[in-house]
Amino acid sequence: MTVTAPGRVELTALTTGDGTPLKLALAQATRRARRRAFLLVCPLLLFVLVTFAVPIAQMLYLSINNPIFSQHMPRLTAYLQANPVRGVPGEEGFAALALDLIDAKKNRTAARVGVRINYARAGSISLFKSTARKVRKLTGPPYREKLLKINEDWADLHLWRVMERASSSHTLSFYAAAIDLTYDLDGNLVQVEPERRIYVLLFIRTWVLSAVIAFLCLLLGYPVAHLLATLPLRYSNLLMIMVLLPFWTSLLVRTTSWIALLQSQGVINDLLVLLGIVGEEGRVQMMYNQLGTIVAMTHILLPFMILPLYSVMKTIPPDYVRAARSLGATPLTAFLKVYFPQSVPGIGAGFLLVFILAIGYYITPALVGGSSGQLISNQIAFHMQISLNWSLAAALGAILLFGVVLIYWLYDRLIGIDNMKLG
Amino acid sequence: MGTNKGASVRFESVQKSYDGETLVIKDLNLDIPRGEFLTMLGPSGSGKTTTLMMLAGFEPATHGEIFLNDRPINDVPPHKRGIGMVFQDYALFPHMSVAENLAFPLKVRKLPAAVVEEKVTRALEMVELPGFGDRRPAQLSGGQQQRVAVARALVFDPDLILMDEPLGALDKQLREQMQYEIKHIHKNLGVTVIYVTHDQAEALTMADRIAVFNDGVIQQLSTPDELYEKPANAFVAQFIGENNRLNGTVRKIDGNVCLVELDCGNTVRAEKVNVGGVGARAILSIRPERIELAPKKGAMANNLRARIEELIYLGDHIRVRMSVSKTDDFVVKVRNASSRPALSVGEELNVGWHSKDCRALDFNGA
Ligand SMILES: Nc1ncnc2c1ncn2[C@@H]1O[C@H](COP(=O)(O)OP(=O)(O)OP(=O)(O)O)[C@@H](O)[C@H]1O
Ligand SMILES: [Mg+2]
Repeated sequence: MTVTAPGRVELTALTTGDGTPLKLALAQATRRARRRAFLLVCPLLLFVLVTFAVPIAQMLYLSINNPIFSQHMPRLTAYLQANPVRGVPGEEGFAALALDLIDAKKNRTAARVGVRINYARAGSISLFKSTARKVRKLTGPPYREKLLKINEDWADLHLWRVMERASSSHTLSFYAAAIDLTYDLDGNLVQVEPERRIYVLLFIRTWVLSAVIAFLCLLLGYPVAHLLATLPLRYSNLLMIMVLLPFWTSLLVRTTSWIALLQSQGVINDLLVLLGIVGEEGRVQMMYNQLGTIVAMTHILLPFMILPLYSVMKTIPPDYVRAARSLGATPLTAFLKVYFPQSVPGIGAGFLLVFILAIGYYITPALVGGSSGQLISNQIAFHMQISLNWSLAAALGAILLFGVVLIYWLYDRLIGIDNMKLG
Repeated sequence: MGTNKGASVRFESVQKSYDGETLVIKDLNLDIPRGEFLTMLGPSGSGKTTTLMMLAGFEPATHGEIFLNDRPINDVPPHKRGIGMVFQDYALFPHMSVAENLAFPLKVRKLPAAVVEEKVTRALEMVELPGFGDRRPAQLSGGQQQRVAVARALVFDPDLILMDEPLGALDKQLREQMQYEIKHIHKNLGVTVIYVTHDQAEALTMADRIAVFNDGVIQQLSTPDELYEKPANAFVAQFIGENNRLNGTVRKIDGNVCLVELDCGNTVRAEKVNVGGVGARAILSIRPERIELAPKKGAMANNLRARIEELIYLGDHIRVRMSVSKTDDFVVKVRNASSRPALSVGEELNVGWHSKDCRALDFNGA
């Protein structure tokens, strides 16, 4: 340091005794410690990378990249890339199609290509399969005539447009499909027919139900968390065990016990009938609908609300409320003005946690939700396991992920993420 | 702010048990007149906080009645008692600014905004923190937080202020300054203050009267000088200030004076305070500064042979640890005057004290 003027100090690079710059010396001194720390987390890092980051990245890539068509129909892909579809193509296009179909028959991939086209045009699976079965007839030109003879659907302009879009493997059409949009004959994005619009509705339902569930958890969990934080130790330990008990039981067991309780021949309905509150015909439908999803998921997610709330409330000294009371506040005012504001970080954390868990919940709505209690995750599972439209599943999942990140960002902006206490 | 303010407090045979098995407060009777500064002093766990909590209304009394201005308050909820309270950790609301903290008791009383603002400004001036209203409590130093806590407890003009070890978290210098300021505020406002501490120096400097607690019982209730000079029992003698104790047996009682035979066989004359009859065991309590080394013959009623074990130099005085009558922690304070005798470890000499400086106390309770 050199003093240049009274009251003003100019910083020059600091050095250690032997003249090494201080920053460098510090870096050298901490290098060993840093390397050690890195080696310690290395196994977990690799594990997370292999089992989490890579599969998710791959899945997300799948939502914008589906190479099935271009892979299995190389000639037609080359033709479609070179000749944008204006109308149903002539002999050249059909020749490429026919030769690719002959190969597809040989490689048994016709059905897969059909499935890919079927995403956007119903009936395409059978078209591809049946045509592939008859490729013997395609011994030479004119291919157009022969193909139309096999099935005149090949002259469908819509089909060609769909194949044109499928031929470029990079596509946003899965995202479009995930929000109920499709391409019309002229290639414009339009909404699908009203009876096929399901995903937007499902997204909205998922968000609303998740919010309702998180809110119910808050309502039910707040008093319990408060009790946990203020009771003498021996009682609070017991209560804590009761809160944690559900964690020790399998999720499936818990969900099935809700089925036993809620179904129309179940415990609650039997009780209602027994007590004469409802008649035998008036048994209440409490599950296989949204009610079932809400009740079962609220119960299952409750600990995720209670625990963050508890950990925050535990740190609020009882003196604050006492101080408020001694200053003249009624119990209610003391709660609203002093206790509640200090529990907000716990509310934020609990709400966010439950909401995010609920958004991606799958087993419980699948088992007790019926059709009106299904969430978006059930559709994702459907496309993963039944329809095998992984790209659509990935697009739906990506939108869900985006929603979660958005909420996280909003929370950070509004409340501040460092205010959140998870435990 | 007038001087005929302040509330009177009365505890009538109050008992308190938390678990139904042990009494934390055993039969508390305490009468506090208006405007008094009463300090509760006692070791940890002696029931001081519990007493305050019952008075403030946060803990119900298990038995007995508490009166505020001669009105029984057992069934009055805390927010209707109008008692200002300063907590050990200050309990300033962290999510409110200093001004909002101070305005809190006024707003819950629904005072008009102009009045609130004026009172908050005045309160900040009173604790010498004008201009700090917009800060958060976390942005204040310990001493400043403490002042805000005091201001908040005073801003709604309560007649009674309770303070539970309010200076416990401050360093020595700040403590002394705050003691002075709290005392000053008490004098100006004339409110009744009940002040809990386990620092005896603090109690002695601040209080009009001190209640010494031990084991849920008030051992002695008196003014600071009386407490120091005339401890009522061995616990108080031991707890307040430094004290030498010698064990013995009462041999003769003669009015206010009794003869006690020490365990070494010597007999001393002592003020009779609370001993049993002749033949009972007693504890003699003598303050270190009331003992003279090598007194002139016949000048003191009591003379004993002593041996110097250790000398500790403390600047203005010297602590001399000696063995006397089978104890070796008999301490004498010698003023570091130019006339003081030369002392050396191992030396044997006489020590002496007046019989009025030596108090014979009950053997129990020590
Ligand atoms: N909430 C409670 N539940 C059960 N026992 C308690 C409770 N509060 C205090 N006690 C017990 O009551 C006794 C008196 O406690 P109290 O807090 O009044 O002591 P204190 O004199 O304030 O001590 P300190 O100087 O350490 O603050 C102690 O033995 C304590 O263990
Ligand atoms: Mg205490």
